[in-house]
Amino acid sequence: MAEFLQQLLNGLSLGAIYALIALGYTMVYGVLRFINFAHSDVFMVGAFIGYFAGRIVPEGTLWGGLVVLLAAMAGCAVLGMLIERLAYRPLRGAPTLNVLITAIGVSLLLEYSGQVFFGAAPRTFPAILPSANFTLGGLVLSSNQLVVIVVAVLLMIGLELIVHRTKIGMAMRAVSLNPRAAQLVGVNNDVVISFTFGLGSALAAAGGVLYALNYPSIDPLMGVMPGLKAFVAAILGGIGNIPGAALGGLLLGVVETFVNGSQWSTYKDAIAFAILIVILLFRPAGLLGRATVEKV
Amino acid sequence: MAELLRLEQATIRFGGLTAVNAVDFAVNEGELCGLIGPNGAGKTTVFNLITGVYAPTSGRISFGGRDLRGLGVDGIVGLGIARTFQNIRLFGSLSVLDNVRAACNLHRATAPGHALLRLGAFRRDEAAIVARANELLEIFNLGRFRDAPARSLPYGEQRRLEIVRCLATRPRLLLLDEPAAGMNPTEKTELIRLIQQVRRQFNLSILLVEHSMRVVMGCCERIAVLDYGVKIAEGTPDQIRTDPKVIEAYLGEDHGSSLAHH
Amino acid sequence: MPRPHVALLLALAAAYGVSHFPGGLDPYLLDVLTGIGINIILAVSLNLVNGYTGQFSLGHAGFMSVGAYLSSAVSLFVAPKLVGELSAAGEVTQGAVFLAALITGGFCAALAGLFVGVPSLRLRGDYLALVTLGFGEIIRVIFQNVEILGGALGLNAIPGSTTLTWVLAVAAVTVFVVHCLVDSTYGRGFLATRDDEIAAAAVGLNPTRYKIVAFVVAAFFAGVAGGLYAHFKLTITPTGFDFTRSIEIVVMVILGGMGNAVGVILAAVLLTVLPEVLRPIAEYRMILYSLLLVLLMLLRPQGLFNFPARRPRG
Ligand SMILES: Nc1ncnc2c1ncn2[C@@H]1O[C@H](COP(=O)(O)OP(=O)(O)OP(=O)(O)O)[C@@H](O)[C@H]1O
Ligand SMILES: [Mg+2]
Repeated sequence: MAEFLQQLLNGLSLGAIYALIALGYTMVYGVLRFINFAHSDVFMVGAFIGYFAGRIVPEGTLWGGLVVLLAAMAGCAVLGMLIERLAYRPLRGAPTLNVLITAIGVSLLLEYSGQVFFGAAPRTFPAILPSANFTLGGLVLSSNQLVVIVVAVLLMIGLELIVHRTKIGMAMRAVSLNPRAAQLVGVNNDVVISFTFGLGSALAAAGGVLYALNYPSIDPLMGVMPGLKAFVAAILGGIGNIPGAALGGLLLGVVETFVNGSQWSTYKDAIAFAILIVILLFRPAGLLGRATVEKV
Repeated sequence: MAELLRLEQATIRFGGLTAVNAVDFAVNEGELCGLIGPNGAGKTTVFNLITGVYAPTSGRISFGGRDLRGLGVDGIVGLGIARTFQNIRLFGSLSVLDNVRAACNLHRATAPGHALLRLGAFRRDEAAIVARANELLEIFNLGRFRDAPARSLPYGEQRRLEIVRCLATRPRLLLLDEPAAGMNPTEKTELIRLIQQVRRQFNLSILLVEHSMRVVMGCCERIAVLDYGVKIAEGTPDQIRTDPKVIEAYLGEDHGSSLAHH
Repeated sequence: MPRPHVALLLALAAAYGVSHFPGGLDPYLLDVLTGIGINIILAVSLNLVNGYTGQFSLGHAGFMSVGAYLSSAVSLFVAPKLVGELSAAGEVTQGAVFLAALITGGFCAALAGLFVGVPSLRLRGDYLALVTLGFGEIIRVIFQNVEILGGALGLNAIPGSTTLTWVLAVAAVTVFVVHCLVDSTYGRGFLATRDDEIAAAAVGLNPTRYKIVAFVVAAFFAGVAGGLYAHFKLTITPTGFDFTRSIEIVVMVILGGMGNAVGVILAAVLLTVLPEVLRPIAEYRMILYSLLLVLLMLLRPQGLFNFPARRPRG
């Protein structure tokens, strides 16, 4: 039982990171109806910003951690908006396939630039936060896991507030329901889309820093796997659906952790895709999504 | 006259909206029927139900006595129901000829594997298909556009090409969704003539959705009227013209006047 | 005889002629030409899916790896049991064994294509991209875990049966099959599916079936290409067929102008030769690739080798 709870806990902290990344996929899908392939690399850039910022601030302090987190989030928000402005906006209204290919191009550009400029070899992420292990009954909770869960929960609450309590959040929801109508009632779609990219990218950056804290090794291709899995999480929850993305991320993290702890551990990277295929077969709209019919 | 198409209590809901509500309607062999109603009445949705694009929430649709449920869009075309789309859906990048050829696949004589072997049978089959496609294009005077990409055609020609594409599937029932939309009066007259011609030539039954009262009253033998998804009237053009419920449904609509003028 | 068949026979004869080139070819040139041939097979077959049928597959390298592994398994494990030591066998036997190995690889890849295609092809294009990508990862993980296929180390000492003649012949067959399939009334269905699925269904075509056919045929040839690759490189590893490999093939198709057969072949040649030319700045090669992809979509989405169609005569 303790073993089970321990795995569940580990799964939740991994899942929280997937959830943070999945939110970005889902939000962008909500307003633009396309999969932002480059999102997983924004996650990677976030971790690298964290790495460089982490070498400036003193190790082992809470405020240092906060500075690193905010720096990564701000940097990636700018990066996300830049990507949207330069690569995606000129293609607004173009066939989905073209946008998709562009997104893949941007993703590769980030990865290979990373390999050339940061080097392909993994680097050890600095221990920014003070670390300790708490034991609760038979359970061991590391301070980093605690930070992951707390930060992820705070960010998700923040996101929920932005989406439901602010004007820009309302505009986001309007655009995702019907961009044309939103424009007619005075919403500036460009601003909303830009903001969505910024917000999603900031969350991915936070995910990147938290991931790097827990698995203290980063490299330019580190985003690929978590990115893919987070995307699966977004589909699992119902793409375009914000609570769905959070739920999907947590579920996926837990499942993966359990598989990793079982005799099937070598298949842990394949499990996400197996889930994806099953979901697409039986419930393509996802757990919380609603099936839509195309108007003919 | 034998009954061809039959809708019994056909109903579909989209969330809270009942777009088509318990509609009973039939089209007989060889008949040219009209389906009219104000914007958003559910006419296109009726077409989508018949052709299997949407599955009815409840009710039954049958063709030649056969229930259409679960056949799928392509299966239903195979039985002999072809349609045009209100918002034209051609294969934009394909040539005009290839648009029609694509629709000839239902009656292809050779299996796909023959495309690799290219024996005599295949070549004869292809030649026959191209000949037939050309023939159909000539009826609608589209032969001169044969090699042009469909999306480059003028609007009216695109609408006519959609009809040609339907004919290539050798339908028994043709569903036309606002075929005269965006045409000028001369073009409309020409279109009515063409519709009558192909109807005779190919022995078709036709169900026509059209806003232009001139077209509907001019060629339909029987008309059904939808309003908010409900069938509010059915009868000959003369009966429909004077039906108080129909006049009320159209009041306030700009079509009200055109209905009265006739 | 129909024209495509004449062209195929000529190409096969040319492929045969190459191996009897007086004095033989320079080994480096042979290497590059073999690479070009394999890439043509991959790009032309992917063009059936991504270009003609308008679906977006990112898993071509995955199918290639299935073919590579399974055909190598035939050569390494099955053939010796049936015909004894390969190197001791006659030329005809060796050729027959190799052909059987390639076809086995192709069929297994096609089977994998069916397995991936059926669930995902009912869905929107960008889902397919991810499912195929994910499939590539699953395949990699599976090969890493199957001990008889070498696990993470992969397979080596694969017989070097691949010759330029084989590669060019298979490339010719691939071009022939894809061309003949598409250039027919039946084949208009692939293009119709690409242009408008609902309209395609409304004229009696079955878009899902067309997508699956395209997917399976493409996977078959990717599998054969994988077999040729394995018997050319002599050693394969699970990581050798990753996402980047898929992307390379996709770039060829896009650069050539999706659905433009000649353009795609030209792009396959160009993109195989380019890295050789760019060898001095090899590390920037992939940056160049990705920039190319983005700029192409922004500035010339129809591809490099695609020119505007004729204006209507009407
Ligand atoms: N896929 C769908 N999802 C939700 N609502 C739909 C869908 N298809 C149609 N509707 C709704 O059903 C109603 C009937 O639409 P329909 O297109 O059938 O009307 P129509 O009679 O063809 O109108 P028009 O004359 O404008 O073409 C409309 O309110 C429309 O918004
Ligand atoms: Mg309509």
